[in-house]
Amino acid sequence: MRKLHGQYNPDVPNPIGEAWWTHSDTQAWLVIPGIMAIFFGLVPDVSGWLTLTIAGLAMGMMLFIMTAGFNLVFGLMGVLNFGHSVFISLGAYAGYVVVKNNIPALLSENIYVNLGLLTTAILFAMVLVGVVAVVFERLLIRRVYHNELMQILITIGGLIVVEQLMYMAWGSENIIVPKPAALQGGWSYGNFVFEKYRILAVVIGLVLFGSLLLTFKKTKIGLIIRAGVENREMVEAFGYNIRLLFTAVFVGGALLAAMGGVLWSFYEEEVSGQLGSVVGCFVAALLVGLLSNYIGYVAQDFSHYTTIALMITVLIWRPRGLIPLNE
Amino acid sequence: MLRLFSNSLPNNRIVYIGLLIIAIALLLNPWLFGGSKALLIAAKICIFIVLVASYDLLIGYTGIISFAHTVFFAMGAYGIGMSISFYGPHWWSMGLGALSALCISAVVALCLGLVSFRVKRIFFAMITLAIASAFAIFLNQNYTVTGGEDGLSFRLPHILTPANEFISGKLGGARIDGKLLSFYFIYALSFICVFLMLRITQSPFGRVLTAIRENEFRSNALGYTSNVYVIGILIISSCFATIAGMMLAMANRYVNTETTASMQIMIDILLMVVLGGMGTIYGAIFGVTLVILAQNYLQALLSLATGATTDTPLSAFFEHERWLFWLGVIFIISVYFFPQGIAGFLQKLQGQLTRKSQT
Repeated sequence: MRKLHGQYNPDVPNPIGEAWWTHSDTQAWLVIPGIMAIFFGLVPDVSGWLTLTIAGLAMGMMLFIMTAGFNLVFGLMGVLNFGHSVFISLGAYAGYVVVKNNIPALLSENIYVNLGLLTTAILFAMVLVGVVAVVFERLLIRRVYHNELMQILITIGGLIVVEQLMYMAWGSENIIVPKPAALQGGWSYGNFVFEKYRILAVVIGLVLFGSLLLTFKKTKIGLIIRAGVENREMVEAFGYNIRLLFTAVFVGGALLAAMGGVLWSFYEEEVSGQLGSVVGCFVAALLVGLLSNYIGYVAQDFSHYTTIALMITVLIWRPRGLIPLNE
Repeated sequence: MLRLFSNSLPNNRIVYIGLLIIAIALLLNPWLFGGSKALLIAAKICIFIVLVASYDLLIGYTGIISFAHTVFFAMGAYGIGMSISFYGPHWWSMGLGALSALCISAVVALCLGLVSFRVKRIFFAMITLAIASAFAIFLNQNYTVTGGEDGLSFRLPHILTPANEFISGKLGGARIDGKLLSFYFIYALSFICVFLMLRITQSPFGRVLTAIRENEFRSNALGYTSNVYVIGILIISSCFATIAGMMLAMANRYVNTETTASMQIMIDILLMVVLGGMGTIYGAIFGVTLVILAQNYLQALLSLATGATTDTPLSAFFEHERWLFWLGVIFIISVYFFPQGIAGFLQKLQGQLTRKSQT
């Protein structure tokens, strides 16, 4: 939502002859490279900085995949889904099932076999989680759209039940999932460690980010979703079935969570029921999303920076993230 | 005596009888059930009644959804725990810990209240969730003061320890020692707290809270500045939660984050409030009793069911570790079909019975 006066107006790029870098949106986009540059100065050696940067990007990408659905559901329908984290865990467990039944593919040194295994695991996780998400939405969330308290309570109930069902199926102990053989390790040049799996995560994350962006900007369904976030009643008034749309977005978000769960379990080489703990999945998504909203309300000009300030503070304070996903 | 309770006694016979049964069972627990486990469970029920009732003041009466209630609970527990481990087991150190915990809680609640003005209800819930998890991390990280994840173990003043026997031997099957004294101290304190909370809900102040829950705009328009009342109830309910935390420290003689500040405790509180019935202090008593008994004894019941269903695919559902699953199912069912909880259900039952007898 751009303000329609002063430097925020998109139609008047340069209203009073200001330089391009004073544009707040441009500044926001420049912040990430800016931080990279600052830390380039702070971290003494180049290779260490590069390793840190890639690790940070990979982790951020996976977090983004896991929590994107949560944000969308909240944005579109104002439903706070406490049960989102079980989709992540369930995805990880489903991926583990596939891996367990295809040990030769896991141990194979052939990278295409490994990637095939990864794809199969992700697809299987998506199918399983998709089914669970449809049931979850129809059975639990559908009836409590307009009641915030009920939403919170009912999704917590769903979280407990699905989590316990997972423990029944796979036990409550953490499961070790090794990375596929060809994706283990990496290349190192001096201190610079170029981990293969991290590169893969960054690539997948970028592809997903790009395709999500394209979906939202270029397709009709993306347009309707964006309109729904802006004004739900208006979209309904135009005759679109917003409920169906919501189910679709909900399931889509759950599918992303499943994918993130699989990727994350290989990254940590471990599956646990607490993967993407309620708090972990949340605080990442909500702190980032909300703080910028609030600061935007309190002090307009700082809103673009809060997320990043938060990220820096958090990462300096707790290198594994505010609440590590599997504590 | 009865005038003191005016308007706060349940006007419903079934609820009344249920409450009496619980109160008496807790009071005579050392003789009825015996054993130190039963005593600890009874103490836990008393403590959680205060905690859950104070949460009910927020969620049930005022309609504030906060997840930071465990912060205050933990503050009370750590207030006692830390001051005893620093200054030794004396009355004055307990008092000092209690007083400072209450002061800090009040200040934190005030700040939380100030935050709550700026944001909508659901965002407030999210902010408090973040605060609660940050606080738990804070406790775990500063292990030099708080003992980290292991927590703190400490001794109570001599008069409250099991070593202090008032009568040697047993009286009617129960040991009359410092442990029993500390249980009765907790019992009495909980009783007073619940009574005070009942009075608060019946006071003009409490009536305004209900008005805010129903229609904040209108209550503002009528001249009751809702912000003042919201801050007031946040501070009051936080202080009660702090007191509950202190009692927990006394009963357990150790504090750690898992039993005071974890997400699990918050979910338990929600479960108890919803099962008992929101917006009735009495509901908290039913909810807490039910959930804590279930936590401790449902496991035994489930192992019976395991025996009956061995070698069938169903047996996985009845393993004794799966009690939380059943609690979750009950929780969902009760949110859907009994949003008024046990207290509301009993009230309805009474209404139907009287209607039947009239016709």
